[in-house]
Amino acid sequence: MTRVLLSELTKTYPGTAAPALDRLTLDVPSGELIALLGPSGCGKTTTMKMIAGLLEPTSGDITFDGRSILWEKPENRGVVMVFQNYLLFPYMSVADNVGFGLRMRKVPKDQIAARVTEMLALVKLPDLGRRRPSELSGGQQQRVALARALIVQPKVLLLDEPLSNLDAHLRIEMRDLIRGIQKDLGITTIFVTHDHEEAVVLADRVALILNGQLRQYEVPDAFYRRPADAEVAAFFGGKNVLPGVSAHGTFDGPLGRLTLPDGARPGPGLLTFRPESVRIGPAPVNALKARVSERLYLGSRTRLRLTVGETVVDAVLSPDLVEGIRPGDEITINLPPGSLWIMAGTR
Amino acid sequence: MNGPSRLSRSMLVLSGALLIIWLILPLVPMLIWSFAHGWRFPDLLPQQWSLQAWDYALSDRSGTLESLGVTILIAALATLLSILVGVPAGRALGLYKFRGKGLIELMILAPVIVPGIAVALGLHSVFIQLGLTNTLAGVVLVHLVPTLPYMTLVMAGIFANYDPAHESQARSLGANAVQTFWHVTLPAIMPGIIVGGLFAFLVSWSQYILTLLIGGGRVITLPLLLFSFASAGRNDITGAIGIIYILPGILILLFTARHLSGSNGAVGGFGRI
Repeated sequence: MTRVLLSELTKTYPGTAAPALDRLTLDVPSGELIALLGPSGCGKTTTMKMIAGLLEPTSGDITFDGRSILWEKPENRGVVMVFQNYLLFPYMSVADNVGFGLRMRKVPKDQIAARVTEMLALVKLPDLGRRRPSELSGGQQQRVALARALIVQPKVLLLDEPLSNLDAHLRIEMRDLIRGIQKDLGITTIFVTHDHEEAVVLADRVALILNGQLRQYEVPDAFYRRPADAEVAAFFGGKNVLPGVSAHGTFDGPLGRLTLPDGARPGPGLLTFRPESVRIGPAPVNALKARVSERLYLGSRTRLRLTVGETVVDAVLSPDLVEGIRPGDEITINLPPGSLWIMAGTR
Repeated sequence: MNGPSRLSRSMLVLSGALLIIWLILPLVPMLIWSFAHGWRFPDLLPQQWSLQAWDYALSDRSGTLESLGVTILIAALATLLSILVGVPAGRALGLYKFRGKGLIELMILAPVIVPGIAVALGLHSVFIQLGLTNTLAGVVLVHLVPTLPYMTLVMAGIFANYDPAHESQARSLGANAVQTFWHVTLPAIMPGIIVGGLFAFLVSWSQYILTLLIGGGRVITLPLLLFSFASAGRNDITGAIGIIYILPGILILLFTARHLSGSNGAVGGFGRI
């Protein structure tokens, strides 16, 4: 169990003016599974490599349980990184790959063999030890990479885009496997991804990094219900962002006067709500007349594009709730006050 | 698809046979000469056979076996040094981008393009000052001039197809720098070291001018010995020593043939620069 603390961690690559990572401070509680989320080039892989000791920070510190590890060599940090392309050693069998870390630590052969069998069973790949990595599928290779990392009982596990090379049903399987093992072993785990859906399904907490800076660090749900600003909302696919002024529990903006939940931020700001929060039908507060301009069937959900006056509102609803609603129809919608959120900014 | 058509297959056999004849045929008279006791012009075969030439070639008086030892020693040392220099140089050229890389590639190729004697004449005066002329060490060093380009280029090709992230992965799994090189880097580049080493060995093996110039007649390798008997008109002894001279090359080639096949990345990468 290891608590990882990044403080003011900064990396500026030689020959570039803007830092790839700008004063990142992040407290990862012991045994938690954290996602570093951001578009490619936002500095998240840089962060991982600095934790693993493969890259030196320009400034700032990394501590494990309060002790700085910056001067430790990569092999002594107790951190194992699993790379996105798995990097299995091609000329070794699967078993030799998994046992690699223990061989480097000069563990006796019979102990290694027993641990390799145990690890291959843990990642649900028994009986594949004698194969070559090239004979395995992508999903199997990833599990071998995971087993190879876990066998050395790292204090901290780093995963680089763990689900992005897998197809849809393998993703769910791998997610359950990673979460299950991580919770069982209690290894503090940090993974990076550019895909917000991958982040929210896997992580206990998500740290969103945009342009080298930490923008929001919270439980996954918060990014949908309480985004820090318009950019964060946009990254999570939030389309409904409207400027206006919040005062005394109401918001005046393009949709008229709306009732806000208690404790909403006062002053000029941006109103946001999830497309899934839009309800159909009349209500005592926040009821609006809307015209349906577009209807898109998404399988388990249906997306409606609505216009309220001049303003476009995006709604995603269960298909049986919108049965019979056609483009051009006029309907009544309402926005439950609890689903409204005011962000800083004026756009 | 069916296999190659009958016509193209017979063309393949024919060209293969021609190639073998082209390479083997010149060796046949050499073999005959080594067993001949007098072989005059119009005769197709010698009048008399004898083991005299072989007897002499393998005796201490000819110095053949001593020369063989010297040649093997020089070629082995030149190969070893080529590997020690060529592997890091090839890594730098194959993996990294840096200023002046094109110029350095050209400089490494230069000894292959510029005649060796031109380089050696310049080096000769330097080697005299350093006291390296007439020594085995000096000959080994000068052999690096033609062997290093081959080694470096082969290794550059290997490293161009090599992912150094495997090394980061090994470090992250707890291997120190030495273990990482031994268990991860070395197995990955071994085909290149074998192929490049083979080139280096054979290039050193066949050096004449450089050995003569720097060795000053004191360091006598097989080509030097061969040449002195050939210019003395002793075709029978030349034949016997010639057979001894080409044998190691053929043995090495047979031994490492699988590493030279077209499916191997090492040779494929050779044409990269």
